[in-house]
Amino acid sequence: MRILVLLKMVPDVVEELEVAPDGRSLDLEFLRLMVNERDDHALEEALLLKERYGGSVTVLALDAPEMDDALFTALAKGADRAVKVSGGGVGLNTCATASLFAQALSAVPNLWPADLVLTGCQAIDDLDGLLAPLLAHKLKLPYLGLVTRVEVDASGGRATLVKEYAGGVRGEFDVSLPAVLGVQAAERPPRYVPVARVRAAMKSQKIEAVPSSDRVEAATVGVLRLAKPEATEHAEMLEGTPEEVASKVCEVLAERGLL
Amino acid sequence: MAGDIWVLAEQWRGQVSEITYEMLALGREVADRLGRRLQAVLIGHEVKGLAKTLGLADGVLCADHPALAGPSAEASGQVLGQLIRSRGPMAILAPLTNVTWDLTTSLPAQLQAPFISFCKDAQVQDGRLQARCVLYGGKMEATVTAAGGPTVLGILPGARPAEKGRVERTPSIEEVAVALPEAPRAVFKNYIEPEAGDVDITRQEVLVCVGRGIQSQDNLALAEALAQALGGAVCGSRPVIDQGWLSLSRQVGKSGAIVKPRLYLAAGISGAPEHIEGMKNAGLIIAVNTDPQAPIFNVAHYGIVADAMDLLPLITEEVRKATSRKVS
Repeated sequence: MRILVLLKMVPDVVEELEVAPDGRSLDLEFLRLMVNERDDHALEEALLLKERYGGSVTVLALDAPEMDDALFTALAKGADRAVKVSGGGVGLNTCATASLFAQALSAVPNLWPADLVLTGCQAIDDLDGLLAPLLAHKLKLPYLGLVTRVEVDASGGRATLVKEYAGGVRGEFDVSLPAVLGVQAAERPPRYVPVARVRAAMKSQKIEAVPSSDRVEAATVGVLRLAKPEATEHAEMLEGTPEEVASKVCEVLAERGLL
Repeated sequence: MAGDIWVLAEQWRGQVSEITYEMLALGREVADRLGRRLQAVLIGHEVKGLAKTLGLADGVLCADHPALAGPSAEASGQVLGQLIRSRGPMAILAPLTNVTWDLTTSLPAQLQAPFISFCKDAQVQDGRLQARCVLYGGKMEATVTAAGGPTVLGILPGARPAEKGRVERTPSIEEVAVALPEAPRAVFKNYIEPEAGDVDITRQEVLVCVGRGIQSQDNLALAEALAQALGGAVCGSRPVIDQGWLSLSRQVGKSGAIVKPRLYLAAGISGAPEHIEGMKNAGLIIAVNTDPQAPIFNVAHYGIVADAMDLLPLITEEVRKATSRKVS
């Protein structure tokens, strides 16, 4: 079983985000980046599938700051191969990202065919589309999103998938492989890997860097303005020492008849 | 007619979803401003009765076929794609919900059409459609326009009140022929119902909801203690469920439950749109978060900038004191 996992870096929203002087994009200067959380789940699901069925996991990413760390982390976790495509960068739109990935699959030796392509079901900056359905269309493969479980049949040609609906209801699908899946959550929380193992991977393993073609699709949507949300309403903030705040909370609860 | 505004109606398991009426209300505003017709599209099996409830639209295109009975995005996508190509709407408002996720997100690729995701609002400016989109987990908003039509807008729940989309009027209903030239490659088998037996969080009057900010499973006990003191239950946001700290039945938000308790105390929850969708209608929302910029403070009634793990035990103690005074 050959599994491809697509990783993407996104801004860490725990940090303060600022708008660039152009008023239409993020200020990249102080941006801290992290692997898209859902991509981390896609990697975990891929590693679980490899443990269950054998085969290999290849992680493929567009180059971005801190991408090497993310790829070595993936190798330390158990991925077999890491490939980095230049020409990505932070803030690239998702249509162009899908196009660069599709080009890499045909240009980089021994990347394609694969049985499964896994990536996160969405990212916090997917303004113009989601990667999995865009790539599935380019590869003419089936797509399902919000996937939480994958079981491959004995022939390796089909899989049973579980995906999330609403209200805790999930649905089961039977899909022909290869397929492109947007992963919502892996069957287990993404594994932790000690820094020492990542350092060891940096010494013993390599990231393959490949150039991208210059053909990047034009953006289909235009951002006129990016801004922090103007809240029409905002919470009344309770301030004071922790003890004072706790007692204010209780006053509010008592007023509302909640005690 | 070409250039119409379309709403992709969502029906799930025989019921029209709230978001359908929310999108109709939004679509009505947009269509009126542009002087266009508002057309709803309803796809499924034995859904004609549901089409009657979409009266805010000028007309309903109804595609009814046994092969459209399940939630197969591939089958519905073929039907919707044919309709869009033959009739040329200007924009399609489509639900960005779990139920319609695969259809909404794959339609733009199939049509080679622009997609605007995470829309919370759409307006007409100088005769052009502009969307307001929630990005970066609710920390930024983008005002966006598409290069050309037809444009698919992925609409988040809550764009307009659902009541605004419900009217007494019966729309004109056009049944459309269904042709499915391609067999679906992903075949729906069955639904898996949530496990019964656990607390039903949709029936609780008081919920203490924990998020990523609780940092470890051990800290759940602090939330449990407060929930117990208030006579309620503990629930969680996505990261807590992903970690396996709470079961799926306790999840609030897009994939989980929509809750409306009298009190919702959000501890260590940033307030991503997917979460807010599940709790914004609670009677009283109190949020505790270390980040003063956390979007949760835009929906909460009261907010506290603090580490929830420091504050929860103090609130529990105060609640216990107050309730014991009441008893004695």
